[in-house]
Amino acid sequence: MSRREDSFFPNLEGRKRLDLIFKLVFFSANLVGLSVLLLLLGKIVRDSWGWLDMQFITSFPSRFPEKAGILPAIYGTVYLMIITALFAIPTGIAAAIFLEEYAKKSKFLSFIQVNVYNLAGIPSIVYGILGLTVFVRWLNLGRSLLAGGLTMGLLVLPVVIVTAQEAIRAVPESLRHAAYALGATKWQTVRYVVLPSALPGMLTGIILALSRAIGETAPLIPIGALTFIRTIPKSPFDSFTVLPIQIYNWTSRPQADFRAIAAAGIVVLLIVLILMNSIAIFLRNKYQGRIKEI
Amino acid sequence: MSMESVITIRDLRVSYKDREVLKGINLDIYGNKITAIIGPSGCGKSTLLRCLNRMIDLADGARVSGRVLLQGEDIYSPKIDPVRVRFKVGMVFQKPNPFPKSIFENVAFGPRINGYKGDLSALVERSLRLAGLWDEVKDRLTANAYTLSGGQQQRLCIARALALEPEVLLLDEPCSALDPVSTMRVEETIAYLKERLTIVMVTHNIQQAARVADYTAFLLNGELVEFGETSRMFTVPKDKRTEDFITGRFG
Repeated sequence: MSRREDSFFPNLEGRKRLDLIFKLVFFSANLVGLSVLLLLLGKIVRDSWGWLDMQFITSFPSRFPEKAGILPAIYGTVYLMIITALFAIPTGIAAAIFLEEYAKKSKFLSFIQVNVYNLAGIPSIVYGILGLTVFVRWLNLGRSLLAGGLTMGLLVLPVVIVTAQEAIRAVPESLRHAAYALGATKWQTVRYVVLPSALPGMLTGIILALSRAIGETAPLIPIGALTFIRTIPKSPFDSFTVLPIQIYNWTSRPQADFRAIAAAGIVVLLIVLILMNSIAIFLRNKYQGRIKEI
Repeated sequence: MSMESVITIRDLRVSYKDREVLKGINLDIYGNKITAIIGPSGCGKSTLLRCLNRMIDLADGARVSGRVLLQGEDIYSPKIDPVRVRFKVGMVFQKPNPFPKSIFENVAFGPRINGYKGDLSALVERSLRLAGLWDEVKDRLTANAYTLSGGQQQRLCIARALALEPEVLLLDEPCSALDPVSTMRVEETIAYLKERLTIVMVTHNIQQAARVADYTAFLLNGELVEFGETSRMFTVPKDKRTEDFITGRFG
């Protein structure tokens, strides 16, 4: 038998150095995304400097750069997000509840599940074509906000479903048992125990989904949101445009001033996005931390 | 025996797929007594308990045959809704599982979902008193249940079950996640409760059965080896296997 000192070579210094190296690697991985984002933001804010003012926010688009504004696109985006949310959130959560709480494990169930994952990966332009066929033509909704919102809702639906499913799965089984043992029906268990506990996780998915929807242009192009409109939509059946399409429209113009205006539009888009996410994050934090495993 | 049997179990068999975990159990649970079910891990004692309020229905692929009569009525009859059974037979689980709600709301949950029309605050207070928790929580009923200690949480779960005024209370190793002091408090609570209802308790802890149970059932490999008064069974066991188990030779 050898002595301990002869068979172990702890090399603590080397191991500690490795610890530090990996910590730096992981930290710099964060810097990649963050620094590019900051660079981009810096450039956009600089480009838009002087153009982002009240006149810009309260005016309609124009051929003349100094008169151009983004008002209809702001309304269009906000309305579109409301319709998208009203459609995708209840539908997505209801689908997730069915898949997690009601459906029996079967081949058919896993077939549905795989297809939900697949739907999340379909190029967004395909949703645009789908929306054009189903909502604009078949349901005769026209090139309206409603058609656009429903199309966008379909696009983000898989994300909402999958994240809601994960949130539901994270609710401890012991809580469901507690409810059943008190004579709760399935729906009472879902409504009063599962949903309240899963809500914070669901909100995370909703944030992701709406953040994606707010920046999408491709699915709205076939729907016909590209129109250069000079009115604010008054009903869900009116035509509309949204921020990313308006921005895209400006970047494709030859005059240099319009590039600055596009930058100003991007800043507006980011502000709307941040406002929307802040609300969701506020709600999530309000409900989070109530459930802890014992 | 001439005592009233609240639950009568006849030839109860449970199997998961091809594996039979309960092999024809016959057992009488007497009213206003504490019956302990003991046995080594995997002997089927938790399964047996779950058959008594049809929580077994929630287990994937469990098949039940035989009869369980609750006050003379077969709870496995197709006419009986499991939700009704659970309304009459309360259950407390191994790990405390309060809802992420306030202390008050936890106790009020059962009455609320079952359409209680009386004075809810009075019912909550009564249930918490029965569970021996009222004095500790009366000033913070709106606090989240997770702010309580593990032992308090378990007594809260007992109070939650009592709020439905059940006829039978099932306890599935209620102290296995608790420290000795909390265990003692829960045992006191249980002993106090048998005045009002019938208690069936699964325990891993032989001493606990000896301390609190009036009757003890010893289960081994899905079969009931011996059943009788605890005092008799722990002094003069009839079966050699019972003797080996309670003296700690296996299990």
